[in-house]
Amino acid sequence: MMNSKHLTAILFAGLIAPPSHAEFLGYVGLQARAFPSTAADPAQGSETISGVLAPEWYQQWNDGDDSLNVKAFYRYDSQDDERSHADLREFYWQHVGNNWELTVGVNTIFWGVTESQHLVDIINQTDFIEAPDGEDKLGQPMIHYASIQDWGVVDVFVLPAFRPRQFAGEEGRLRSIPITQNDTEQYQSDKEDEHIDYALRWSHYLGDWNIGLSWFQGTSREPIYLPQISPTSVTLRPYYALIEQSGLDAQYVSGDWLWKLEAIYRRGIGHSITEDFAASTAGFEYTLTSINSLYWDLGLLLEYSHDTRDRIKAGPFQNDVFVGGRLSLNDIASSELLFGYSQDIDEQASRSAFMEASTRLGDSTRITAEIYHFHSDSNNDPIYSLRRDSYIELGLEFYY
Amino acid sequence: MTIKIFTASILCSLSLLISPLLSADEAQDKGLSIAKEMKSRDRGWVDSSAEMEMVLQSRGGRETRREMRILALEVQNDGDKSMTIFDSPNDVKGTAFLSFTHNNADDDQWLYLPALKRVKRIASKNKSGPFMGSEFSYEDLSSFEVEEYDYRWLRDEELNGALCFVVEIIPRDKYSGYTREIVWIDQEHYRAMKIEFYDRKDGVLKTLTLSDYQLHLDKFWRPAKQTMVNERNGKSTEVLLRNYQFRSGLDEQDFTENSLKRAR
Repeated sequence: MMNSKHLTAILFAGLIAPPSHAEFLGYVGLQARAFPSTAADPAQGSETISGVLAPEWYQQWNDGDDSLNVKAFYRYDSQDDERSHADLREFYWQHVGNNWELTVGVNTIFWGVTESQHLVDIINQTDFIEAPDGEDKLGQPMIHYASIQDWGVVDVFVLPAFRPRQFAGEEGRLRSIPITQNDTEQYQSDKEDEHIDYALRWSHYLGDWNIGLSWFQGTSREPIYLPQISPTSVTLRPYYALIEQSGLDAQYVSGDWLWKLEAIYRRGIGHSITEDFAASTAGFEYTLTSINSLYWDLGLLLEYSHDTRDRIKAGPFQNDVFVGGRLSLNDIASSELLFGYSQDIDEQASRSAFMEASTRLGDSTRITAEIYHFHSDSNNDPIYSLRRDSYIELGLEFYY
Repeated sequence: MTIKIFTASILCSLSLLISPLLSADEAQDKGLSIAKEMKSRDRGWVDSSAEMEMVLQSRGGRETRREMRILALEVQNDGDKSMTIFDSPNDVKGTAFLSFTHNNADDDQWLYLPALKRVKRIASKNKSGPFMGSEFSYEDLSSFEVEEYDYRWLRDEELNGALCFVVEIIPRDKYSGYTREIVWIDQEHYRAMKIEFYDRKDGVLKTLTLSDYQLHLDKFWRPAKQTMVNERNGKSTEVLLRNYQFRSGLDEQDFTENSLKRAR
């Protein structure tokens, strides 16, 4: 009561004080995706046109100590109704004190250092229907307090609501076979998606080192898939267990080298059907600067991932090597090319590759191209469902 | 004996008459003391902020504009801290760059990518790469620290009506894009007026002209305009700095990973 009164007072004070700085920005985009291989399920389409709207509004007051941050997202997809989706990526009020920050609302938080997968990053649900790389996130409701001290930053999170993962629909590609049904989630917790989750993180920068220790307790962001067998069909139903996850992320900079490590230990809470496991990703990024007379930079990436779970239960990075590169042309158009290749060590046929390129046309438009390739011939491989979903995408984004 | 001394003194006075020829050591000492004087005259600004516009000109004369804001914090006994917030082009809006320069160690650098909400540590050896596709490299835009160079005074020379020290400076950092730089510093206010950058082929790679100096707080001179001409490819970039503010109360807390994430 006291707190909400205080909050109201702050918000009200903000409304009467002259707003010092406001920004409206965002982008609109159009993408065309084509899947050259025949779909694994005849219901799936083979090309799609989609459009995206992503407006942002930022308003600060109290000399910048208070701010309201709004970032909305809407995608329309011509092929798949489930991929047509809207989300509030951000909608939060933030107050900045002398050595602390308080955030209340919906926000996206990123933790970690590696590129091939993000093990430690656990606050937000991944928006896999947006892109298979896992970089897009659904907005997470939170109360987040950060204390910024000489000995590091301590973040405390209270997460009062859970966002279930969304899956592609019947006609959509890049989905499980059999299909995973949306809105059929099962939870270990009686409170279902209203279970209150907590997270803590300490992170620090010491010269050439960056280090983070994190802890999370609550509903796993990663579901287990339970087969639902009826006389007419087989579908998968996502089940969300209660877990505790401890994480470590570290990065060491030395000259042109960036050494990276992420490791987690996850255990089930209560009568859990989940298995306790450990997973890690370690590797480096080495940057070759000015590789030619045009001053291009090439960053080389090598990462190895390991997961103690059995192959079928683990993610796609159970015992895998990732090699990749980032080519920056350092030109006026900020042209960039990112590419990578993942190979399963246990199974030679299990591999994937991608390439993402973008450049600017004029001042406000970016043109993008993306190729994803999946290969697998064993049905106990997590990427087996995607084996016919390699695609090429071309896009145009206008920023304002 | 006397003849020897006599000859020596004649030679000595002759050389003084011809030009103020200094021994190699003396030229280095003089160069270093000019650099120290330059730095000490610029001490005490505490913090500063400015709006920066970059005008990139292609060889054909086509112009592209980039806007950003720069915040800086003076650090005693080490290099300065700075934050660059990008305002245009629109797709990089909200991107911010944090840099801690160090006198005797590699700089610490971070880049915030708003689309991923991710702060990335940057390997700091990349000093010679172009900044935003311009003719300025990252090292051209970082703060000047006395300890980062070796010096040699070359001569005194008039430039645009101002008497200047002409000093050769040699970067100590082996990752610098330059083998040496020649700087014209005006003797009245110790301001850099012109810099020639030499590459490994020992030819002039780029020439920077600093002009429209303005005096702030009665002590600090800042150029409102800097023009970098690439002598090799004919392209140029003009940097215009506006709305300089000093001592506006910025502190360490404004130069952290957290403040980088919320920079607007």
